[in-house]
Amino acid sequence: MSETLKVPTMAEYMAQGKQPEVLFWVGCAGSFDDRAKKITKAFVKLLNKANIEFAVLGTEESCTGDPAKRAGNEFLFQMQAVTNIEVLNAYEVKKIVTTCPHCFNTLKNEYPSLGGNYEVVHHTQFLKSLLDDGRLTIEGGKFKGKRITFHDPCYLGRANNIYEAPRELIKKLEAELVEMKSCKQDGLCCGAGGAQMFKDAEKGDKEINVERTEQALDIKPEIIAAGCPFCNTMITDGIKIKEKEADVAVMDIAELIANAQDL
Amino acid sequence: MDYIPNILFAITLIIGIGYFVKNIRKLIRNIKLGQDIDVSDNTSQRWKNMGLIALGQSKMLRRPVAGILHIIVYVGFIIINIEVLEIIIDGIFGTHRIFSGIGNLYGVLIGSFEILAVLVLVSVIVFWIRRMVLRIPRFWNKEMTKWPKNDALNILYFEMVLMSLFLIMNATDVLFQGMNSGNIVSQFIAPWFGDFSENTIHIIERSAWWIHIIGILIFLNYLYFSKHLHILLAFPNTFYANLKPKGELNNLEAVTKEVMLMMDPNADPFAAPAEGEEENEPAKFGASDVQDLNWVQLLNAYTCTECGRCTSQCPANLTGKKLSPRKIMMDTRDRLEEVGKNIDANKGEFKDDRKQLLDDYITREELWACTSCNACVEACPVSINPLSIIMDMRRYLVMEQSAAPTELNNMMTNIENNGAPWPYNQMDRLNWKNE
Repeated sequence: MSETLKVPTMAEYMAQGKQPEVLFWVGCAGSFDDRAKKITKAFVKLLNKANIEFAVLGTEESCTGDPAKRAGNEFLFQMQAVTNIEVLNAYEVKKIVTTCPHCFNTLKNEYPSLGGNYEVVHHTQFLKSLLDDGRLTIEGGKFKGKRITFHDPCYLGRANNIYEAPRELIKKLEAELVEMKSCKQDGLCCGAGGAQMFKDAEKGDKEINVERTEQALDIKPEIIAAGCPFCNTMITDGIKIKEKEADVAVMDIAELIANAQDL
Repeated sequence: MDYIPNILFAITLIIGIGYFVKNIRKLIRNIKLGQDIDVSDNTSQRWKNMGLIALGQSKMLRRPVAGILHIIVYVGFIIINIEVLEIIIDGIFGTHRIFSGIGNLYGVLIGSFEILAVLVLVSVIVFWIRRMVLRIPRFWNKEMTKWPKNDALNILYFEMVLMSLFLIMNATDVLFQGMNSGNIVSQFIAPWFGDFSENTIHIIERSAWWIHIIGILIFLNYLYFSKHLHILLAFPNTFYANLKPKGELNNLEAVTKEVMLMMDPNADPFAAPAEGEEENEPAKFGASDVQDLNWVQLLNAYTCTECGRCTSQCPANLTGKKLSPRKIMMDTRDRLEEVGKNIDANKGEFKDDRKQLLDDYITREELWACTSCNACVEACPVSINPLSIIMDMRRYLVMEQSAAPTELNNMMTNIENNGAPWPYNQMDRLNWKNE
C-alpha cells in the first residue's frame, strides 16, 4: 500500500475525549482473511475519502459469535456477545457499520436482548446514505455499461430484507445490472452460512458454491458483485473450479466503488 | 317410517362430527406437549398476517400456476360449503332445497356453485397431471413415497368425486331442473340421464345426495390422518408465526442466566441455590425429541401439507444432500403422533419408548447439512419454520452431547481461545491496516 489508511481505534478517540460518528466493525474475515482484507481496505478508503469520523475496535474486537450460535453452541455465542457488548457499551457506541452480513445480523438482531442496543447498518446501506447525502460521489467511469450481477447474501437479504441498497449502488456505477435466476428473496445461498464455512459439506452430488456460480455464469456477467466476505470466497472458489477467472471477477460492492474512483 | 331417513341422517351427522371433534381434541393435546413460547405480542400484525397469508393466499402466488389453481380450489371449497348447510338442514328436517324459497338469488348461488365445481374439478385434474404425468420433482423426493404419496392422491380423488357428485345430484334433481334456474352446468348433464325412468333418476339423485354428504363427513375425518390439515391449521399457523427478522435466532434464556453468572465477578460459585430452586431440574439445552420443541413448532408440523416448496429451494437438497426441510416437518409430525399414541395407550402418561426425534427420525447428517439460509422459511406458503427445529436440534447435539463435527469443534475452540474462528491471534486483528 502506497498511501496510508487512516484507521483510528476507539481507544484513541476515547483518549482524545471524542466520539466517532460510527464504529466500523471489521469482523474476523475482514481482519484475517487475505481476500476479505482487501474489502476492508476498500471500505476504509471510501470512509477516508468521505472524511467520515469512524473508528475500529482493533485488538479489542472479537468474533460476534455467529458461527458458534449457528453451530448450536449458544454458550459460546453468549459469552462472545456479552464480552463484546461490555466493550461496545464502555465506549458508548451508538452506531455500527460492518462489511459482513453475519456480523450485521448478529449485532442488529441478537445483541439487543443481551444488553447491546445499537443502530447497525451494512456497509452497502451506509455507502448509499453517504451518496444520498452528497458526502460521497461516484461516477460510472470504469464500470459504465459493464454487466454486473449481485449475489444476495442470505443474512442481508432474506434474513433482514435488504435487497435494494447494494443494487442501487451498482446502478450508480452506470453498470448494467443483471439478475440471476434465483435472486432477492429467492436468492440461492453460497453454501457458507450456518457455520458451513468451517467444515466440509455433507455428501451430495455437487457443492453449493458451484451450483450458485453456474447460476451466475448462465447470465454471462463480467463481474459478480457480493456483499459478504464469505459469499465472496465461495463464489471466487466456484469461478476457479469453472476456470473462468480470466472472464469473470468477483468483487465486493465497496471494492467496485473504490475502484471506480481509482482509490 | 317417513322419519327414518331424517334419523339416519342425524345419526350420521353426529358420528361424523363427533369423531372429528374427538380427534381435534387429541390434536390440541399433542400440540400442547410442546414447550411454552410467548406469542402474545403485536396481535394486530398477527391478524394481518393471517388475513394476507392464509385467507388471502398471498404467498401461494409466488408460483403463479400452482397458486392460481390452488386459489380456485380454495375458493370453491369454501363457497360450495354454503351448499352443505342446505344439505344438512334438508337432511335433518326432511325438506327439499329449503333455500330455494329465496327466489332468484338461489339460482345465482347454485349457478355459481356449479361453475366453481367445474373449475375445481378441472384444477384438481391439472394437479393430478402435474403430480403423476409431469412428475414435478418436488412431488417425487425420497420422503414422498408410500403414505405421503397416496395421501396426496387420495385428496385429489376425494375432490374429484365430491365435485362430480354435486353436479350429478343437481342434474338428476327433476324439481331443480324444472326450476331452470341455477342449473347452468347441470342442465347439460341432465340429458345423460334422459332415458332413465323417473324412479331411477330419483334413486340416482338420492344416492348422489347421500354419498355427497357422507363423503364430506369422511373427508372431514380424513383430515386428522392426512397432510391436508392445512386447510384448518394454516390460519392459527400464520397467526402464531415468527414476526421478527428471519435472521434473528432466539437467545436461550437458560444460557443467559448461566453466562451472566459466569461473567459476574461478585457471584459466589459455591453459593447454595436460592430458596425453592433446589428442586428445579437443570434446563435441557436444545431439542432431541418433540416435547423439547415449542408448541408453535409442533403446530407447524401438523400444518405442513408437504407441498415441498421449501425442499425445492433448499441449497443443500438442490445439491444432493440428505437434508430436506419438508422431511424435517414430516418427521416431527410422525414422531409427535407416535408420542400421542403412546400417551393414549398408557392412560395419559408417556412411557419411555427408547426412541426420539433425533437419530430415530432425523439424522445428524441432515442437521449438519443446513446453511441456515432461510430459503425454506421464505418459501413456505403458510409460514412454517423448519430452520428453527434444525437449530434447536443442533443445540442439543452441541450443548448436551458435545457431538459437533470435528471441524466445527476446531472453529469453536478458536473462537474461545482467540476470538476468531481461525487460529489467529487477537492481537493481530488490526495488522491489515499496515499490510
